[in-house]
Amino acid sequence: MNIYVLLKRTLDTEEKITIENGKINEEDAEFIINPYDEYAVEEAIQLREKHGGEVTVVTVGNEEAEKQLRTALAMGADKAVLINVEDDLEETDQYTTSVILAEYLKDKDAELILAGNVAIDHASGQVGPRVADLLNIPCVTTITDIEIDGKKVNIVRDVEGDEEKIETTLPLLVTAQQGLNEPRYPSLPGIMKAKKKPLEVLELDDLGLDEDDVQPKTKTIDRFLPPEKEAGKILEGEIEKQVSELVSLLQKEAKVI
Amino acid sequence: MARKVLVLGELKDGKFRHISFEAVAAAKTVSEGGEVTGVLLGNSVKHLAGEFIHYGADRVVTVEHENLKNYTTDGFSQAFLAVIEKENPDAIIIGHTSLGKDLAPKIASKLGSGLISDAVDVEITGRNIVFTRPIYSGKAFEKKIITDGIIFATIRPNNISAPEKDEFRTGNVEKLDVDIKDLRTVIKKIVRKTSEGIDLSEAKVVVAGGRGVKSAEGFKILQELADALGGAVGASRGACDAGYCDYSLQIGQTGKVVTPDLYIACGISGAIQHLAGMSNSKVIVAINKDPDANIFNIADYGIVGDLFDVVPLLTEEIKKLKINV
Repeated sequence: MNIYVLLKRTLDTEEKITIENGKINEEDAEFIINPYDEYAVEEAIQLREKHGGEVTVVTVGNEEAEKQLRTALAMGADKAVLINVEDDLEETDQYTTSVILAEYLKDKDAELILAGNVAIDHASGQVGPRVADLLNIPCVTTITDIEIDGKKVNIVRDVEGDEEKIETTLPLLVTAQQGLNEPRYPSLPGIMKAKKKPLEVLELDDLGLDEDDVQPKTKTIDRFLPPEKEAGKILEGEIEKQVSELVSLLQKEAKVI
Repeated sequence: MARKVLVLGELKDGKFRHISFEAVAAAKTVSEGGEVTGVLLGNSVKHLAGEFIHYGADRVVTVEHENLKNYTTDGFSQAFLAVIEKENPDAIIIGHTSLGKDLAPKIASKLGSGLISDAVDVEITGRNIVFTRPIYSGKAFEKKIITDGIIFATIRPNNISAPEKDEFRTGNVEKLDVDIKDLRTVIKKIVRKTSEGIDLSEAKVVVAGGRGVKSAEGFKILQELADALGGAVGASRGACDAGYCDYSLQIGQTGKVVTPDLYIACGISGAIQHLAGMSNSKVIVAINKDPDANIFNIADYGIVGDLFDVVPLLTEEIKKLKINV
């Protein structure tokens, strides 16, 4: 099966966020594969192990993202593609990214495309469904299970905690929800092999795209941190007294009950 | 500038989800005095149009079709695109729910438009319609505008106050015939795993348990507190991993994001992944045996103590309060 995974490099979950000149300060920060995209990579590898074929991971970003692509290769993906837009685009949004990805994917005969259902940085959750629409293939979001039999696909989809059992067909795009699998850690031999696996770097030119084709439709005009939370009130005394004080505070001070 | 705004009404079990009315409120801001049109899609929805109008919609457009009984991307996008084509709106507002997250990007792609997801606030600043949205799991916020094409946003539940219900409001209800066909995904079965009653992501009060709850049995006292407060129960990943409760209750970076008025964390240490799902709650109460637990750093009120002592007492106090009111 010809499988593609859409992957995004994101700031590590544990990183503290600071803002400098209206931009998120990324200096010295750790970056990871977006955790939801990791589920997508893992599922792609498992499906290849079962059905044969090839897994290609694709990202839109700058050369820094090569590191996350290598990690996906070390997990077991076969090929990686970096669409480097650093020189061409000052700003991007989900419209931009999905048009670029769809342009890359349109002649690849992808049977299955996997992506994370959301990225933990900007959390828009748009790129997967947009790419599916541009490629005119069905899309199922937030999946927790997938079984493929020929062209027939059975999926379990998470809907805010409830489950939908869905039947559809290839070609298809799905987005991964937590619970789909447990992503593997790259093994040492995997890491060694990954260094020799193909990592192709493309620019907009190579896709026949002009920067005017992918101008974002949205613009961020400000970024800010939430107001520092004042230290909370730790209650004291007998438990009974604390509880009645709490109720009184929730009622009279916080006015939430 | 008066704008024409479409709002999608979202239904669950044949009733409105509250987010539908919050979306009307956001739409009213965006419309600047223009017309807010509620859109209802389903197999039988006409009878709900009146309630949509009571909550602030100026008029309602319905599309009814057998193939709209359950939400599917193809079915709902065909119907909604038909409404958009007919109405030619300046703006669209949808809830940032499971449905909205699936539908909105599909519609945006079809329209070739931008989309601002998961907004928690909207304001008019000069000529701009500015949406505020959390980024990095609520560790920061950004203000965003649409620079080209239709104004399109999804809004996070529980952040924008719905208009007051006014049962005297009236408006036109129109139906649009659309042939919904060629659905590429078929729902074979829906398995209900969440409990009936209050929806976790829309609840005004959330009582959440962590590893400190120790067992599935332990969650019962949390449920009793939630019931007394008219709220819902949630859990940390630790509690779900330990098998104390279903993953459908999980709050956190992986799991649900909630912003209730009151969040009561019981036996939750406060790992950063959990905070990502609840730190924007309006008031946070922490109950934990460990005085050094991280959760106390973001709590408004804290009780250092055994949740098995504190929670039942708290439930009793709340019940007393409700009787006295």
